[in-house]
Amino acid sequence: MATDSRRSPSTASSPLRRGRIPAGFVVLAALGVALVALPLLGLVLRTPWSRIGEILTSENALTALRLSLVVATTAAAISFVLGFPLAWVLVRSTFPGKTFVRAVVILPLVMPPVVAGVGLLAAFGRRSGLIGSWLFDWFGIQLTFTTAAAVLAATFVSFPLAVLALEAGLRGLDERLEDAAATLGASRWYVLRRVTLPLMGPQIAAALVLSWSRALGEFGATITFAGNLQGRTQTLPLAVFEQLQTDTDAAFAISMLLILLAFAVILALRGRFLR
Amino acid sequence: MTLVIDVTARRGAFEVRAAFEAEAGRTVALLGPNGSGKSTLVSTIAGLVPAVEGTIALEGVLLDDPANDVHVPPERRPIGVVFQDLLLFPHLSATENVAFPLRARGVPKPEARERASGLLERLGLANRADARPRDLSGGEAQRVALARALVVEPGLLLLDEPLSALDVGARVRVRDLIREELARFAGVRLIVTHDPVEASALADRLVLLEGGRVTQIGTPEDIRTAPRSRYAAALVGVNAFHGLLGSTEEGAGRLATDEGDIVVPWPDGVEPGEVIGLLKPSDVTVSLEPPTGSARNVFRGRITSVAIEGERARVRIATTPPLVAEVTLGSVERLGLREGTLIWASFKAVEVQIVSR
Repeated sequence: MATDSRRSPSTASSPLRRGRIPAGFVVLAALGVALVALPLLGLVLRTPWSRIGEILTSENALTALRLSLVVATTAAAISFVLGFPLAWVLVRSTFPGKTFVRAVVILPLVMPPVVAGVGLLAAFGRRSGLIGSWLFDWFGIQLTFTTAAAVLAATFVSFPLAVLALEAGLRGLDERLEDAAATLGASRWYVLRRVTLPLMGPQIAAALVLSWSRALGEFGATITFAGNLQGRTQTLPLAVFEQLQTDTDAAFAISMLLILLAFAVILALRGRFLR
Repeated sequence: MTLVIDVTARRGAFEVRAAFEAEAGRTVALLGPNGSGKSTLVSTIAGLVPAVEGTIALEGVLLDDPANDVHVPPERRPIGVVFQDLLLFPHLSATENVAFPLRARGVPKPEARERASGLLERLGLANRADARPRDLSGGEAQRVALARALVVEPGLLLLDEPLSALDVGARVRVRDLIREELARFAGVRLIVTHDPVEASALADRLVLLEGGRVTQIGTPEDIRTAPRSRYAAALVGVNAFHGLLGSTEEGAGRLATDEGDIVVPWPDGVEPGEVIGLLKPSDVTVSLEPPTGSARNVFRGRITSVAIEGERARVRIATTPPLVAEVTLGSVERLGLREGTLIWASFKAVEVQIVSR
């Protein structure tokens, strides 16, 4: 009732107010656009377009690209496989400390990536890592400075995005459809496969795209935890960082590639989920 | 095939207790006002909410028996449910919706689709086979939901408010179609509704549910002639007086209700105590002047509503206790009956039927 009475006058007056944009806002809005657009423009202008093909097909760049795709795709897949059950538990059950668990899971989203890298070292480092030392002593497994470490770092930072998107999907789902499916003879697994997952299609796609693109761009945690080893842990962002100190043209060219990938992601998002 | 229910179900703090039986080939309607516990009972019969106490058995097979840790999960109950808001799968076509229960039971896709198409055709939906639920009209969606519940030939068909989502025009058509399909269906038929017209049109037996308790079970005729609760009386349009019967003189009694006393006959074999007095609205006489006849019950009050039904009108009068009188349209005009008119209402004691509680 209260919202109704509050809403009606504002909707009634909105056609009048909508046309009036405060002059100061125009200036600030334009500044905002410039803030984002200028670096992009700079990149476009500084990209060595004549050499771009040659740079991007170089052994170095191709290796980094391949590694980036492997790392981002694996991270997105792990984020989904672990994130879906976690989102399910968070949305559909109550247990003591749930709020805390949720906060912990989402923390990497707002944590400085370099701190994430340090944390990963503390857990999986060969010498002093909580699990890492044990893995090394007992099995001779060393995670640091391997592709697996790059995947772990990328997963760490992209996992919360997947969980958030999947949580939203599960919350928006009409559970009674799952009940109806059960009364129609569907086992829990069949309900999941034929009702729950298909109905969550857009949110699953969003979870995959968001975590994939976050993983693709990961830098701080990767360089801290996995290092910058060509062919093993040097993903595209790390390659940009290295090239910037030796061959700036190559740095700009690879940056442009990352921008184009990001742009493709935005197009995919707009077309499917942000409409 | 018989459904035997004697069960307590709970949702939150609300508890429903119900015991009744339903036989194959007959249709039982579970009739009750909103909040009477109908949907809780539906969920329990479907297996979505485990019973708290008692048993549910279909054809001698226990589906719920919490005392012995028996709870057959919904997917293993031979029950087809048509839910109140249908719950068709929005991402599947009409045919895929109907084929769903077959596919869930492992029927190969081509066969499942063929059987689903056949059933949709029988229900007059052959041309809508590929439509998504959002593109179906209310009546079409209702038929798809019915087909989906029927396709595996369950032992019990459970329809939850099957007509409530439809507009008036579609309602009559779908009601006829449901009646046809019910007649065809060999198993136990159970309809849940708050609409007495729907219940009487579709069911052979009514189970009245009020406040989580069964208040009466019988044929529509049984309930029409002897409603056992105020809700039942209101359903069939009869005055019902709940109260304590006390004797005043030979052969007559006084029924004290919360809202006033009436003089009633004292039939043989009725003990003093809680009874219901039933009075047909056509036995209530209204007049502008004090009545001169021999009626022992005479009240004066203002009219609260006049509802015209064909050639007759139902007049509600704020007497103590309140009364409903049925009069001809002629009387309405001659006496100038309208809301607010102060009138006399009277009836003979012998017109009141006394029913023990």
